[in-house]
Amino acid sequence: MHYSWHWKVLLETEPGGTGSYLHYLIVGLGWTLVTAAAAWVIALVIGAFVGTVRTTTLHWAVRIGNLYVEIFRNIPLIVQMFLWFFVVPELLPEQLGNWIKQMPPPWGSYLPAVMCLGIFTSVRIAEQVRAGINSLPRGQRMAGTALGLTQAQTYRYVILPQAFRIILPPLTSESMNIIKNSSVALTIGLLELTGRARAMQEFSFHVFEAFTAATVIYLLTNLVVVLLMRILEQRVRVPGLIAAGGAPQAGH
Amino acid sequence: MGFDFDVIERSLPYLFREGMTFTVTLTLIAMTGGIIFGTLLAMMRLSALKPVSMLAGAYVNLMRSIPLVLVIFWFFFLVPYIGAWITGANQPIRVGAWMSAVITFTMFEAAYYCEIMRAGIQSIARGQVWSGYALGLNYWQTMGYIVLPQAFRNMVPVLLTQTIILFQDTSLVYVISATDFLGAAAKIANRDYRLVEMYSFVAVVYFVISYSLSLLVKQLQNRIAVIR
Repeated sequence: MHYSWHWKVLLETEPGGTGSYLHYLIVGLGWTLVTAAAAWVIALVIGAFVGTVRTTTLHWAVRIGNLYVEIFRNIPLIVQMFLWFFVVPELLPEQLGNWIKQMPPPWGSYLPAVMCLGIFTSVRIAEQVRAGINSLPRGQRMAGTALGLTQAQTYRYVILPQAFRIILPPLTSESMNIIKNSSVALTIGLLELTGRARAMQEFSFHVFEAFTAATVIYLLTNLVVVLLMRILEQRVRVPGLIAAGGAPQAGH
Repeated sequence: MGFDFDVIERSLPYLFREGMTFTVTLTLIAMTGGIIFGTLLAMMRLSALKPVSMLAGAYVNLMRSIPLVLVIFWFFFLVPYIGAWITGANQPIRVGAWMSAVITFTMFEAAYYCEIMRAGIQSIARGQVWSGYALGLNYWQTMGYIVLPQAFRNMVPVLLTQTIILFQDTSLVYVISATDFLGAAAKIANRDYRLVEMYSFVAVVYFVISYSLSLLVKQLQNRIAVIR
């Protein structure tokens, strides 16, 4: 039993006629990155906000923050994807819902995918931000108060600049996770890298060439992300601090 | 279009007897297999033999670098060929979605359990290993009687948290059309055109189960923390 490899298939034209299969996959990578990048912005903004709020003394805000985190952490990503794609447009006011449903492809899947991934990842970033803030010595906060800073100023000038530097390594793995997780968007019809690899397998029957190519592209992407984040880490490092790792955590 | 609770009630037996059984069984098998294989991988990664540790490291890093959906596709198409290679058949053997899912999740989660067990093993004081050897135990005995029980115990909360993630991840078998809890709900949703009701219900059920489990893990974590 053997599989007959045919690597040249990557250079053959795909049925849509947009170019070679390789080109088709690279465009898929483009969609993966564009989805991940937009979601990453949402995730960072909401995650930083929710994570910070959960360390303040505003009890009601902490409660709401906790609720937000628990909800989006305990529902599988694919189910959340379906909620954004199938359920949310139905619950919105009719006009807005129809507008979303009638968006031309791929935007009709892109928008829900970005919202879903952004919110899903924001919860994980919120946890990292909270952990980062809590890992700072209490004296930092007290020193801020002693200097006459308000709570908001203490966060802005003392706590957050340090906390964000501490959590850069876990943020690196989150940024790789968001790239990987964007593949779930294929279930709502977004033709990103994994979706295109599967489509290529269906058109050409060259299963393993398609999946090997996609795997290699993912590996290279990861490599680039790690390198970029390492450069960023060195840029913003505080002299005299040991770069903080993290305790082992469950995750994907 | 009103919210139709009836469709949920009508399909409850199917959803839970077919779907949830699939999901829970898959989770339990993949957890057991994943922890066993993951522990072996962790021991390999920590091995002094360079090729052994590099092999395990390459496997773990590969699994952790590509999306689970792609891994599911890989195994779905690869397993029939491996099966044919093992049995010597000249046609790819037929493997159903269930068997494919079991193999995929065991192999995939092993990479994540490996990293947890590796941290667990590394958290054990070196003197424990030395005293094992001093007592005349060999590698397997030292690992089996001294290091792994302690490592495992320290890591139980993280291993369980990972299992909750595994439980949620099994819903991705949707992409190979398996009838897990989500798959069962999707079939009903499409048949009766009740997507809003079914997917909302699925989300609520997953939330209730995952959240309850995470509360249990938290409780366990506190209890273990006191003993140490």
